[in-house]
Amino acid sequence: MKNNGNLINASTARTIAAHAVLITYTLIALFPVVVILINSFKTRKAIFKSPLSLPNSESFSLVGYETVVKQGDFLLYFQNSLVVTVVSLTLVLLFGAMAAFALSEYRFKGNLLVGLYLALGIMIPIRLGTVSILQMMVATDLVNTLTALILVYTAQGLPLAIFILSEFMQGISDDLKNAGRIDGLSEYRIFGRLVLPLIRPAMATVAVFTMIPIWNDLWFPLILAPAEETKTVTLGAQVFIGQFVTNWNAVLSSLSLAIVPVLVLYVIFSRQLIKGITAGAVK
Amino acid sequence: MGSLALKDIHKSFGTVEVLKGIDLEVEDGELIIFVGPSGCGKSTLLRIIAGLEDETSGTVAIDDDTVNGQSPTERGIAMVFQTYALYPHLTVRDNMSLGLKQAKRPAAEIKSRVDLATSMLSLGDYLDRRPAELSGGQRQRVAIGRAIVRKPKLFLFDEPLSNLDAALRVNTRLEIARLHRELEATMVYVTHDQVEAMTLGDRIVVLNDGYIEQVGSPMELYKKPANKFVAGFIGSPRMNFIDSRLLGNTGSTTTGIRPEHISLSLSQGDLKGTVSHVERLGGDTNVYLNCSEAGLVSVRLFGEHDYEVDSTCFAVFDQSRVFQFDQEGKTIV
Repeated sequence: MKNNGNLINASTARTIAAHAVLITYTLIALFPVVVILINSFKTRKAIFKSPLSLPNSESFSLVGYETVVKQGDFLLYFQNSLVVTVVSLTLVLLFGAMAAFALSEYRFKGNLLVGLYLALGIMIPIRLGTVSILQMMVATDLVNTLTALILVYTAQGLPLAIFILSEFMQGISDDLKNAGRIDGLSEYRIFGRLVLPLIRPAMATVAVFTMIPIWNDLWFPLILAPAEETKTVTLGAQVFIGQFVTNWNAVLSSLSLAIVPVLVLYVIFSRQLIKGITAGAVK
Repeated sequence: MGSLALKDIHKSFGTVEVLKGIDLEVEDGELIIFVGPSGCGKSTLLRIIAGLEDETSGTVAIDDDTVNGQSPTERGIAMVFQTYALYPHLTVRDNMSLGLKQAKRPAAEIKSRVDLATSMLSLGDYLDRRPAELSGGQRQRVAIGRAIVRKPKLFLFDEPLSNLDAALRVNTRLEIARLHRELEATMVYVTHDQVEAMTLGDRIVVLNDGYIEQVGSPMELYKKPANKFVAGFIGSPRMNFIDSRLLGNTGSTTTGIRPEHISLSLSQGDLKGTVSHVERLGGDTNVYLNCSEAGLVSVRLFGEHDYEVDSTCFAVFDQSRVFQFDQEGKTIV
């Protein structure tokens, strides 16, 4: 009896400890987000007086959101960010999966070299090439277009996508693909109908890792597409940050709004991720 | 419909030659077994017949048409894999009908063919389930069903029973034998298990190291093995090989005798040894004799026998069943 009690105590203690660590980490991770969120609903005075307190009847204000909605084309900025993120993401997943399939499925000369070449991009930051990228964009007349951003982000996301996806594709049984070949499926159909559904969890992982940096990026929009009609949300929010005066209400409100779409995308992918894991294996 | 002819098939992966000249004729309606130790090239040969792998040289002909370079579908073959290879996201019905849908067959024909295969394999209750919801034996039946539905000229089996447990293996073996009789189809079956080979095959092809060692009916291989390799590979427990000098045979290098063709005597015989272990299987008793220089000799006695471990016994050979092998391992007739 006593022994049994001890056992239960030991395992509860361990559970509590584990949860304590996880909760601490969650709090640390969420803290800045929460600070941004609560302060976006406060008056400017209240933000500076007590940045950590929740908005009350006295300090509550929507002035930040009003400024964001009135000033400039925030809807357009959102649309730009979404277009750039979704299109780049689609291209990265599509081309990444295709390249990974070719690398893992077919034996050809230089297979290893091509694989290494494609993986090289993981180690070399694309920002090192900013100057030449800008020169290329100027030469091709793509400056201040969303296409410029999409091209750059696709190139930026591909190396990691190919690396992760080809690892996963190697794990898919050859017999399954051969069964498809015997049933008369073309290589495209084997890729689309057999292989892609099986690597969905990996695709979701890649999607999340690719999506966040694109959405948050300030560097390339600032350099390649700073025009009013091609501004992204993160760039748009900079309007309120001045050299001498910063409209904190508006900055915090626009940042709060910027979290929403990417959160929705994340929820979609993470559900796919769980679905993929529980869908059952090959054997 | 369904004869197969292989002519001088060679296959190399890089510098490694896996198949070194395979010639074989399979008649219509035959069930032919490729058997051999792992790495002997039997699966590669099957994949070349299927069109999943390209031969380095040589020709493959199905129904007298050379099919080199044709896709598996054009060759009209169906294949059953060791790992079942069912499509995990499709139901049993869709797994079986995918090939026909791909070939744009009318829906009524697809349904009737699936129904036929379903009743042959008693899969009726599982048609709407997914592979993950089936047991290993059921999955393999679905894989066989998927092959039947295609009405192929040639059925190819790649170690279909290796992933099943012992009891299921026997059942599925009987099922395949029954299907072969009912469908009267040509089947090529790869296995490393000589029991499967002996029980299923009309003819057996013994492969070793990229060559065909011998082709023949199970009993031909058992009674007249062409060489030491075939003699040792066919039959279980495997044949005893004894240095001929120890038995006073001058005409050969090695003498072979199957365990079931040795009897034991307490007084005299061909070889003297001490009993090292006795396996009592009920129907048979396997006795292992330690015969000093000749090594361990296994003896298979029918019925129940009692021999004390460490007691001295003599092995008596059935002289009409003794094989002699020359220096290269060829059988001396």
